[in-house]
Amino acid sequence: MIGLLLMLTTLFTAFGSGSLADAPDFRFSIFDLRLFEGSVTIAESLTDRSIDWPEWNQWKRVLSLRDYNTRIVMLGTGLLGLAAGIVGSFTLLRRRALMGDALSHATLPGVGLAFLLAPMFGLDGKSLPVLLTGAALSGIAGVAAILYVRNLTRLKEDAALGIVLSVFFGAGIAILTIAQQGAGHVAGLETFIYGKTASIVADDARLIAGAALASLIIVALLFKELTLLCFDDTFAGSRGYPVVLLDLVLMALVVLITIIGLQAVGMVLMIALLVIPAAAARFWTHDLKRMTLISAGIGGAGGLVGSAMSAVFPNLPSGPMIVIVCSGLFFLSMFLGGSRGILVRVARRWQLNRAVDHQHLLRGMYEFLEMQEAPGVAAGRNVPFASLLSMRSWSSFRLRREIRRCLRNGLLVRNNDQSLSLTESGLAESSRLVHEHRLWELYLITHADVAPGRVDQAADAIEHVLEPELIVRLEELLRQERATQGVVPSPHPLEQIAADAHTNTATTVVGDPQTSSQTERLR
Amino acid sequence: MSLIENWSWHYDGWIVLAGVLCAVSASLPGNFLLLRRMSLLGDAISHAILPGLAVAFLLTGSRSSLPMFVGAAVVGILTALFTEWIRNLGEVDEGASMGVVFTTLFAIGLVLIVQAADHVDLDPGCVLYGAIESMFVHTVVIAGQSIPRVVVVLGCVTIINLLFVLVFFKELKLSAFDPALSTSIGFSARLMHYLLMVIVAVTAVASFETVGNILVVAMFVVPPATAYLLTDRLGMMIFLSAIVAMASAVLGHLSAVNVPHLFGYQSTSTSGMMAFCAGLLFFGASLVSPRAGVIVRIVRRQKLALRILSEDLIALLFRMDERSPDCAVSVQKLCSVLLCRRWLATWLMNRHARTGHVIQSESGHRLTNAGRRLGAELVRSHRLWEQYLVLEGGVTVDRIHHQAEKLEHFTDRELRDRLDSVTAAPELDPHGSRIPSEHKD
Repeated sequence: MIGLLLMLTTLFTAFGSGSLADAPDFRFSIFDLRLFEGSVTIAESLTDRSIDWPEWNQWKRVLSLRDYNTRIVMLGTGLLGLAAGIVGSFTLLRRRALMGDALSHATLPGVGLAFLLAPMFGLDGKSLPVLLTGAALSGIAGVAAILYVRNLTRLKEDAALGIVLSVFFGAGIAILTIAQQGAGHVAGLETFIYGKTASIVADDARLIAGAALASLIIVALLFKELTLLCFDDTFAGSRGYPVVLLDLVLMALVVLITIIGLQAVGMVLMIALLVIPAAAARFWTHDLKRMTLISAGIGGAGGLVGSAMSAVFPNLPSGPMIVIVCSGLFFLSMFLGGSRGILVRVARRWQLNRAVDHQHLLRGMYEFLEMQEAPGVAAGRNVPFASLLSMRSWSSFRLRREIRRCLRNGLLVRNNDQSLSLTESGLAESSRLVHEHRLWELYLITHADVAPGRVDQAADAIEHVLEPELIVRLEELLRQERATQGVVPSPHPLEQIAADAHTNTATTVVGDPQTSSQTERLR
Repeated sequence: MSLIENWSWHYDGWIVLAGVLCAVSASLPGNFLLLRRMSLLGDAISHAILPGLAVAFLLTGSRSSLPMFVGAAVVGILTALFTEWIRNLGEVDEGASMGVVFTTLFAIGLVLIVQAADHVDLDPGCVLYGAIESMFVHTVVIAGQSIPRVVVVLGCVTIINLLFVLVFFKELKLSAFDPALSTSIGFSARLMHYLLMVIVAVTAVASFETVGNILVVAMFVVPPATAYLLTDRLGMMIFLSAIVAMASAVLGHLSAVNVPHLFGYQSTSTSGMMAFCAGLLFFGASLVSPRAGVIVRIVRRQKLALRILSEDLIALLFRMDERSPDCAVSVQKLCSVLLCRRWLATWLMNRHARTGHVIQSESGHRLTNAGRRLGAELVRSHRLWEQYLVLEGGVTVDRIHHQAEKLEHFTDRELRDRLDSVTAAPELDPHGSRIPSEHKD
């Protein structure tokens, strides 16, 4: 394993020391400078396309962190993911997810200029502090340019980011091309730009740790202010918070993390670390504090697992692996996320649809019986299946399924002639439902000025999500006008319901996504 | 130093032509990306097509153009699809879903390429980031002329994009501004969206392969943004964006060749300088654009402020004249009331003296008849507005002055007459001051 790492590092340095133009065997990558952004560590001797399955020894070595190098790399990328996750969750909520993209490109001219100009001040153009200063200044200029375009012209955020990204990057390329002619050795510059995940050294890890700590402290101190900035900046402004200053602090954090990360892992990876963990964390919680922690966790885990995988599998570059692990976690969160994940939302909708079907069936039974001339609603009276089916626009499959459920729960009984009747508990439940429906109808008629002919639909949309407390309040509200003993009489002729169900199928279908999403939102 | 020292038509001419073609072909669809607020999509797609190129290469084992184009176009559409899919399903905002998609695709592309690293056998036609300079390696002979392949490819893409924009102009316009309307009257906005994505992907890969993607990403955004600042008409905007694109390509090459020489270096990357020149043109337009330029707006605001101040001076003189007829007022006194700078007031009063509104004497300034007439108009506007605000606006008397103070500067004869009739031709304003009557012509 040491040999492998050594090979990787030596190959990388060998590769890194040549100028761009003489990287002969890897021409695919020199399609464009951007390819390097992802920090590819290449093992040129690998001739096969398949991934060698590593020996158990290799697994053991990496997982037990026995190698100093692996330890450093994993620590560095893990911390970087952590810090980027924290800062990223704020930029995501501020709808500036791609800010990191623009700013990481904006650092390039600063790096080139620092390299070119440093000798004039008697400094070493390749020393890290000089390059970092250049990158930081250039990043700040990028922030200023974004703010200029967004605030002083009529262009929007996306155009501002796109302009800053491409123009600064173009300028950077022009400057770097000049830099390559001059001093001859620009190797230091290249690792700076393209990143060197696999060869992060202890100093880099320390730098990352420092930056992570700094951003952690700043976020912890300004948590309330940054929260306010992200959710309602006008409100923050009206409460006297310095919005522009806070915005600058946030962008400065992005610049800090980007610069540190850039020189460790490369540009595209940096963007991914700023965006993906935060976007993934968003699926798990509505609480910002928790989201920040989860995002930090996902970023850290991505860094650790990605670099570990790259250490175990010899020909998987670490930078892209970190991104792929992060986006794997993202997709996992998107489907399984506890508060906004797709599965949770689908399950919630399914549950609601079931509840709606249930209530519609019982109400249909009750209203059918009510419409009969005979002595009113009572348990044990027959309701034919066909008339239930015609009351609403539901498929017979859905109706049968719901009937089976009610039969199981003892709310209905099936008679010999296949017709249905309510049991005593079914009667109680259905009277409650009809009562609630009509209360809402009455409320709409008396307090919202809805015409009696139209309340049925409106009540349909909301009755399924009425809370018990709301029912009590509705009753109190309506008691002033009429007595609400037992089930309220329907405020409109009942035959209309059946007619409505047919004419307005499009809007009253329970499974209709529009209706159910509406009700879901109301909940 | 001459700009075209070291210039040869055979060499630089082709480079500029390739740059112009690339810039124009990218800026045409870029207009619609800008209007749809998807400017960063060009950047995203030019990263995301990497796995498409890699898969096309792994499948065919060759680096010929057609599979690469197809691979890139397919992944370009997938990028757009995935972005929309994640945005809708996951309820994430556009930027974030784009960020997730393109970084992931880029990473996958890198991994694939590393797997194929040893098999990559690439002709130098697409070597180097943005190296237009190396395009002479591959030439095509057409009608006896040897033409660089790059120029032919980019020429085709430009023509395709131009035809696309011309043929679908109406549909693109409608779907950019009002997708719902567009879909409801039968042009599927979704279809247009994906067609646009295909065009963006094809343009990106054509330029990516030949002149590098720095240039193409810049040209998707910057020329349309520049044109957007200069005009309000879509047709004009597209035309202007093409002009800006051409200009930045030409300027870019000239400066790439010449500027580094000023500092004793050799020429630098043409693509980079083209992007940078586009940025300069954008900055210039943002400063001096006739309608929205930053400087233009500052100048306009200053001119308005000056006009208001000079009118305030006359109105103040008129009010003093009302109290004690034919008095002379010093500039110092005027300044202390209006809280303005002394030199500004002096300068404005001199201007009024030249236009015959005031007479300057030892003791101070005095209104002429013309000046009195102007002052009467302003004060009449002010007091009519006060009356109107109290009668019709229901504003209390102590709060009307500031509003009337603003409105008086934008009130002409016609509006005054209407105010007069609405407030039933009052004699006195709410504060009890007499409202001057309109001058009889």
